[in-house]
Amino acid sequence: MAGSNPNAKPMNLTLKVWRQKNRVSEGGIVDYKVKDISPDMSFLEMLDVLNEDLLRQGQEPVAFDHDCREGICGSCNLFINGRAHGPEQGTTTCQLHMRKFSDGDTITIEPWRAAAFPINKDLSVDRSAFDRIIQAGGYVSINTGGTPDANEIPIPKNIADRAFEAATCIGCGACVAACKNASAMLFVSAKVSQLALLPQGHIERKTRVENMVAQMDKEGFGACTNIGSCAAECPVGISLENIATLNQEFLSAKATSNNLA
Amino acid sequence: MVLDSKLPEGPIAEKWEKHKFNVKLVNPSNKRKYDIIVVGTGLAGASAAASLAELGYNVKAFTFHDSPRRAHSIAAQGGINAAKNYQNDGDSVYRLFYDTVKGGDYRSREANVYRLAQVSVNIIDQCVAQGVPFAREYGGLLANRSFGGAQVSRTFYARGQTGQQLLLGAYSALSRQVAYGKVKLYTRSEMLDLVTVDGQARGIITRNLLTGEIEQHAAHAVVLATGGYGNVFFLSTNAMYCNATAAWRAHKKGAYFANPCFTQIHPTCIPVSGDYQSKLTLMSESLRNDGRVWVPATKETAERLRKGEISVNDISEADRDYFLERKYPAFGNLVPRDVASRNAKMMCDEGRGVGSTGLAVYLDFADVIKRTSAEAVSQKYGNLFDMYAKITGENPYERPMRIYPAVHYTMGGLWVDYNLQTTVKGLYATGECNFSDHGANRLGASALMQGLADGYFVIPYTIGDYLASTPPKPVTTEDPAFAEATAAVQSRMQQLMSINGTRTPDDFHKKLGHLMWEYCGMSRNAEGLRYAKQEIAKLRQEFWSDLKLAGTENEMNQALEKAGRVADFLELGELMVDDALDRNESCGGHFREEYQTPEGEALRNDDDYAYVAAWEYMGDNQPEKLNKEELTFENVKLTQRSYK
Repeated sequence: MAGSNPNAKPMNLTLKVWRQKNRVSEGGIVDYKVKDISPDMSFLEMLDVLNEDLLRQGQEPVAFDHDCREGICGSCNLFINGRAHGPEQGTTTCQLHMRKFSDGDTITIEPWRAAAFPINKDLSVDRSAFDRIIQAGGYVSINTGGTPDANEIPIPKNIADRAFEAATCIGCGACVAACKNASAMLFVSAKVSQLALLPQGHIERKTRVENMVAQMDKEGFGACTNIGSCAAECPVGISLENIATLNQEFLSAKATSNNLA
Repeated sequence: MVLDSKLPEGPIAEKWEKHKFNVKLVNPSNKRKYDIIVVGTGLAGASAAASLAELGYNVKAFTFHDSPRRAHSIAAQGGINAAKNYQNDGDSVYRLFYDTVKGGDYRSREANVYRLAQVSVNIIDQCVAQGVPFAREYGGLLANRSFGGAQVSRTFYARGQTGQQLLLGAYSALSRQVAYGKVKLYTRSEMLDLVTVDGQARGIITRNLLTGEIEQHAAHAVVLATGGYGNVFFLSTNAMYCNATAAWRAHKKGAYFANPCFTQIHPTCIPVSGDYQSKLTLMSESLRNDGRVWVPATKETAERLRKGEISVNDISEADRDYFLERKYPAFGNLVPRDVASRNAKMMCDEGRGVGSTGLAVYLDFADVIKRTSAEAVSQKYGNLFDMYAKITGENPYERPMRIYPAVHYTMGGLWVDYNLQTTVKGLYATGECNFSDHGANRLGASALMQGLADGYFVIPYTIGDYLASTPPKPVTTEDPAFAEATAAVQSRMQQLMSINGTRTPDDFHKKLGHLMWEYCGMSRNAEGLRYAKQEIAKLRQEFWSDLKLAGTENEMNQALEKAGRVADFLELGELMVDDALDRNESCGGHFREEYQTPEGEALRNDDDYAYVAAWEYMGDNQPEKLNKEELTFENVKLTQRSYK
């Protein structure tokens, strides 16, 4: 009951943080101490404290990506003590709270590690490869206007619910970071499954899966070896079943391709 | 300058149709000769960029995020209104229009709101065709719920993640146009100035947030879809990067800023737990359907509770004050957002607040759990209860939630006419960035509707009217105005970097937020506002003499980014105070303590204040000039709200 407990003890921690000046320079771990950390702080608020301290001392704060701090925008992406988004299951870094740690702990904080996600600076990485995969086919090709009345496309509730589950991917990249091969299969499969399940996506399903997979390979993501770390570390619980769907869609597209170009 | 809202003539239901016919068209083969800049890739920006590109224009889309999909539209929970009347419960375009004008406490434009209600139905069709997975009934048709006190079920939703699904829909349409080469996407690019040539918007100056490089971009028209300014308050439900810089820079280049004091405070947020707090998290207001709001009946009990001498479950029924049920027997816990928020603040001001800070009230689910079951409650609110538990470490099934109001949305924004054009020719504003549709208070599930209405169905028509009268000649950055604006941006960066004082950007931002919350927040009075004005001016001076930064401007530097945004908040904050001082009435989100009914409710003054306050920038350190756009109501009858 830390939230209303005025006696919750502040913590002192040692942080081992990856610092890297820019994309081309070499990086390394730097040690910092932070004091009087409240257990009610979020992990990123703890980093705010560190950064305010550094700035006051005239040192450069640690760069990291974050925005909504509600677990939905997918910006935050820290590799904490060897785990994507840290020790708590089903949680983004911004929703991880310091009550999951203990006084005196040493915490190692690194960026996502993947060839397809180059490091911009410190803990910030470039995930534009994900955008390019979506650009390769993660949509239904319709223009604004001229669409039929929404209720003219009835969809069974169970199908709509499954499509929704797949569509909740926040594009954070934890799946890639957690995978020993840095594979993006879970991310790609979530979008492929969403649109393969829905009638709106059927018309382009073959070209879509072929083009998205081709782009994924081009970006330098690794192959999938069915270990499942991606789903285990996914903060929003995207299921491994989506990868099965992706494989099925891909094989069927290859066997009966209408991608004639 | 006389404000011309360019409202079409004729009966309200025919205005938009007529207007669409009367606007000039751009020849299809000429569209590719026009470049349009869209700043922001949230609902309003991504939908506009995609739709304009589909029409054949060349679009440049800018976001300061690493991806268009990160925009804060993604965090909207509740849903999106549309007058589909799928539930056969008496909804209509006219009813949605009427509810929105009334909910806005009669400070919005009838014609704009009517158009919004009209195109709301097209939005749902569009999103479903894109593959947005809205909630459905077992028969396969779309599900609806009633929301925010509406008497009809017109809200479409995708669990508690409607904003996410709608944004990913718009993002997919945008991505398709990027693949076609019709949209050029600039990520991690922050707009730092607007460039005008002969009084017309001609481009923008941006900073590449990875390299620090200052870049120039020219176009025939510029659309700002850069969101609201709730982060003036430091703590709000807005995302950390939400800021007013693009809109404020445009304001200083001639775009009037309308109704800046109209801000919405949402009653059900997770309270502040300490000084380190960086943002506030909204809990959907649907919780008030079943939760009962209360505080201890006496100050003494509240004090013992805060000290930890007693626990919440020790407090007997007789010792509890269900203040909303007591004061508003007809609406009880379901009074509108502003009423619920103000009453929570009153209780805390009386010393009856709960939690370690005393700035919270209880939202109690014990009754509904007893009446139904914990399982039934979990079915309905499970994800919200989980989120609460994650953030606070408390179990809301066993003890009441603690909630407190927080800044959530800003109804004010850049002044636009019926075409969504600002007072700068060729500069448009869409979504939360403009002021046009919500008056003094926004109804639930209307923000998503407005962002998408503007982007998918309004701007594609209205921007053509302007472009058709602009020659299709290539535009370049050769005009000296670009060099001047670039030099100004560079010198501002260097100035920020060279102050070399002792205080961080967040330090100033927190101070500003505190002033705004105390004196220009849920309730305001002239004395407090005058004090805040003075203090903000002082703080601004301190900022420019005592700011501390590190690193350089020629690299990724998040503290520098923050400093630039805080500098603009320090100016906008003062304008909000000026606007609140000018408006000697209470309406919607603007509650002036001097203007209330004997029962303590907001007292509007329609005779003197039924206008849009459009502020004009007059130069550094000059008072801004107030321009008024009178509002006329031909279809809606002005009444006093009552929830007793």
